[in-house]
Order: sequence, then structure tokens, then C-alpha cells
Amino acid sequence: MIAAQNISVSLGAHAAVRNVSMEIKPGEVVGFVGPNGAGKTSLLRALLRLVAVDSGSVLLEGTDITADAPHKHAQAIAYLPQGQSVAWPLTARRLVALGRVPHRSTWETLKSEDEQAIDAALAAADVEAFADRPVTELSGGERSRVLLARALAVKARVLLVDEPTASLDPYHQLTTMEALKATASSGTAVGVVLHDLNLAGRYCDRLYLMHEGKAVAEGTPNQVLSDEYLARVYRIGVRRDDRGDVVVDRRLSDVP
Amino acid sequence: MSLRSTYAASMLLAALLLTAMAASLFLGYAPLGVGEVFQALIGAGDERYIFIVQDIRAPRIVLGAMVGGSLGLAGAAIQGLLRNPLADPSVIGVSSSAGLGAVVAIYYGFAASSAIIVPVFAIGFAIAAMLVLVWLAGKDASILTLILAGVAISSLAAALTSLAMNLSPNPFSLNDIILWLLGSLANRSFTELWIAGPFMVAGWVLLLSTARALPSLSLGEDAAASLGVDLRRVRLQTVFGAAFAVGGGVAVSGAIGFVGLVAPHLVRPLVGHDPGRLLLPSALAGALLLVLADIGVRTIPGDAELKLGVVTALLGAPFFLWLIIYTRRSMR
Repeated sequence: MIAAQNISVSLGAHAAVRNVSMEIKPGEVVGFVGPNGAGKTSLLRALLRLVAVDSGSVLLEGTDITADAPHKHAQAIAYLPQGQSVAWPLTARRLVALGRVPHRSTWETLKSEDEQAIDAALAAADVEAFADRPVTELSGGERSRVLLARALAVKARVLLVDEPTASLDPYHQLTTMEALKATASSGTAVGVVLHDLNLAGRYCDRLYLMHEGKAVAEGTPNQVLSDEYLARVYRIGVRRDDRGDVVVDRRLSDVP
Repeated sequence: MSLRSTYAASMLLAALLLTAMAASLFLGYAPLGVGEVFQALIGAGDERYIFIVQDIRAPRIVLGAMVGGSLGLAGAAIQGLLRNPLADPSVIGVSSSAGLGAVVAIYYGFAASSAIIVPVFAIGFAIAAMLVLVWLAGKDASILTLILAGVAISSLAAALTSLAMNLSPNPFSLNDIILWLLGSLANRSFTELWIAGPFMVAGWVLLLSTARALPSLSLGEDAAASLGVDLRRVRLQTVFGAAFAVGGGVAVSGAIGFVGLVAPHLVRPLVGHDPGRLLLPSALAGALLLVLADIGVRTIPGDAELKLGVVTALLGAPFFLWLIIYTRRSMR
């Protein structure tokens, strides 16, 4: 389980995260939603120690993470950042194998449990078909699924993913969310930043709604994705379709 | 590409390197026969032949391989750190700073007093420049800051080198500076090896120790850090590894460009693009390139001995162009 207690993060003079408390329990998929610039990515980066917190603390299974050794931390928490840039034309399989780096010492070769983790991750992200092709030759969406497989291959106790569905076709948006759900059901605590409110509503057990660095709402998707919150935070008016999904109706210009 | 192809390529390159080094012993101005070289190697036969083989040819061959290896290794590590196939040791300013150190020693006439002065100045300036670079780039430097600071240092060192040539007190020291900047292994002895060798070896150790972190950096810095890579440590290892290896190399041979850029590209078709697995083959390829270029220097007939830096570029550039055409599909 990973938890943040009253953490604040600033980027330069800008307060990106303000006094946020949150937790993700094993087996849970927790979504972080909110408009651009709400502080979702900064929150994940603080959980990963990629930015220092100004105040508050991050607890992994009840212990403060500040003093953890890098490889211990890397084994415990896997991270998929936004974007799909990869520097070199490595094969998809080689890239996914990097997920095993935290589990190996310097000159060790892949063990059979590493190979199993890599194969399982390739299958879960539906990228087996191009496992041996250089990732630079893949489309953006294909590459982003390979990178998801890389994060899954770590088999960490906590998995944090930032906009994993951003460049994906609808079919693979669903397979990606199903892969996250399956990962959670094996006991992993999964945190995911999403912009698609319906995917968030359908696949997440709980949501945090972020706005101007604060977590303004927390609860089940039904509680968080209410008309009032969406109007206040996203400045949109919505309708609901037959299955209760959000249909964005109009832009609200002035919200009190 | 598999680990096996890295291993096979390294073995192949090592075999080629040893062959070239051995062949190089038999080539030169003095027309020594095969038997005479073998005799001289074990210290038998004509005194002059022993001197030619043991004190003239052997040191320059060993130094050539070490300098080339340093350049190839530093080039591969810096390309991996900066995630940029266009980078080479000159990007972080280490070559030009080492060059400036040597030029200062020659300009002020210190060089005449002892053979160790030029290497000592070159290494000293390279290390000082890297300390400035790390200070400039700051505690949590981005790659971009590192490159910009490197380019600034490099430009400053080049400007000061030009200034020294501009203000040169007499034509002889200007000539010395220019010839030194063209790069050469002529008239080097094992003395230079004992001075610069330890620095190069220390640099190799630092650079090779980045092999584990560099592949993770392909994913970007955040993802690499989440895999347990200590970014700050990798940066320092690469920057100071390059300063020791290339500073030591430039100290001995003068400025030899191009090897650091080309060597990694030469071996990518053999071992693939994995920046960690590229290090050793790239070092071997750099060593091979410089030993071959030095053979060229000593066997191409002409009035003046060609300078090594000139020959490495003349040999390397056409091959590099061919390689670009051959591999442009995978370079996107």
C-alpha cells in the first residue's frame, strides 16, 4: 500500500501539489482525474521521489520512503511516465526486459522468472506480435503499449501509470484498462492518471479529483464524477447516456 | 540483438585489433625483415633494431590502441548518456580543454623542459574543465544544461587556443602548436604511457561502470530513475570517465577527432543499439581505427609524415558516409 500524508510539491515558484493526502490499497485501481495542470503528474512523481516534497510524507507499507535504497524503491514501485519517446531503436522485447533491471545485479543475465515476467507483460499489453521489431518502427500507440508492458514487467507492489490510454485506439484503451485491472486483482496497488472520464468511471474502484494542486474530491466514480464537480473543476456541462456514461455537452464559460 | 552477438563482435574486433597491432610492428620507415623484428622483440640481434622495435614502434602501437580505445569508449558512453547519436567527447568540452592545456604548456615554453609537462597540463585542464562543467550544470542538471555548458566550455577552450596561436611569440612555437593539434603518435615513448596510462585506465573503469544504467536511460530520465538508476551518479561517472580517458588520450596523442563519434556507429550494425552493450565493442573499434590509421601514417609515402588526426578523419569520414547510406533506414 502506498499513501501520501499532507504532501505539497512546488515546481519553481509554482505550487503544483498542495497539501494532498491519498492512498492506494493492494488490489485497487485508483484513478487520478482533473484538468490539465491540476497536479496529477506531480503527485505521482512525488510518490516516486522524482520530485522532493516540501512538506508531508509518502509512506510505502507504513514506512517513509525517503531513505529507501534506489533498487528497493524500484522493486516496490513501477512507473510509466507520459509519452512514448525511446532514444534508440531497441526491440520491444529488449525494452520490456528493462523492467527487470531492479531485480538483477549488474552483470547477471535474465533468469527464467524474468523471462516469464517479460512474456506475461508482452501478452498483457497485446504487443507479442511485434516483440522483435525495433520500437522506433512502431506507431505511437503500439509503442505506448510496449512501454506499458515494460512497466508491467517490473511486477512491483505498486504500479503508477500516467495517461496510459492517451494515444491508443478504442480497442486498446479497453485492453490497457483490463490489463491494469488484472494487475490489481493479483494484489498490486494501481494508480492511474486518466483524462477519459468514462474509462475512469468504468475501471477505477476509487477516484481522486484534482484541481489546482488540491484533491477536491475522493470516492467512488459515481460520487466524484457528479455534475456539480465536473462543472466546478472541468468547467463543462454534461449529460448521461443510457449506461450512465458522461457525455460532454457544452463548455461553461462562467462558473462561480 | 542478443548478448551473444555482443560477445562475438567483441571477440572479432579484439582479434582484428591484435592482428593490426602485430602487423604494425613490422611496418615503418626502417625496412626491417620479419626475422629481425622477432629477434628485436626478445632483445636479440642488432642494437639499432632493438631500439626501433622496442622503443619506437611498440610504444606508439600500444598508445595508439589505448588512445583509440579511450575515444571509442567515451564516445559510446556519452552518446548513451545524452541519448544522442551525434554526441562525442567534444560535446562536453573535454577534448578542447585537454588541447588547451597542452597548448598552454607549449606556448609558455614549459614543454621543452620535460616530456611529462604536456600530458600533465592536458589532463589537468581536462579535469578542471569537467569540474567547471559539473558546477555549471548544477545539482539536478538536465541533459540539455549539460550539453549547453559543455558547448560553452568547448568554445571557450577553442577560443583560448586560437588566442595562443594568434599571440604566439615566435613561428616555432606556432608550428609546434599546430602540429600538436593535428595529432600524432610519432616519437612517443613508454614515459608518456606511464603518465597518461593510469588516467585512461581509471576513465575506462568509470565509463564501463555505466553499462547497467545506460539502457534504462533509453526510456527517459524519469523512467530510468524509477528503475533504480541514480541519474546524478551516472552523469558524474560518464563526465569524469570521459575526462580521464580522453584527457589522458589527448595528452599523449594530441587532438584526434572523429574516432569518438564514429566508433559507436561502426559497431551498431554488429551489436545493435543497446547503449550498454555498445561500450566494449566501441572501445575495441576505436582502438582498431587508430592503430590502422597509424599504420597508414607510417606507410603512406611522402616528404612529410602525415598527421594522425588527418588520417583518422580521411579514413573514417568516407566510411562513415557509406555507413549513413547503408543504415539510414534504422537511423530515423
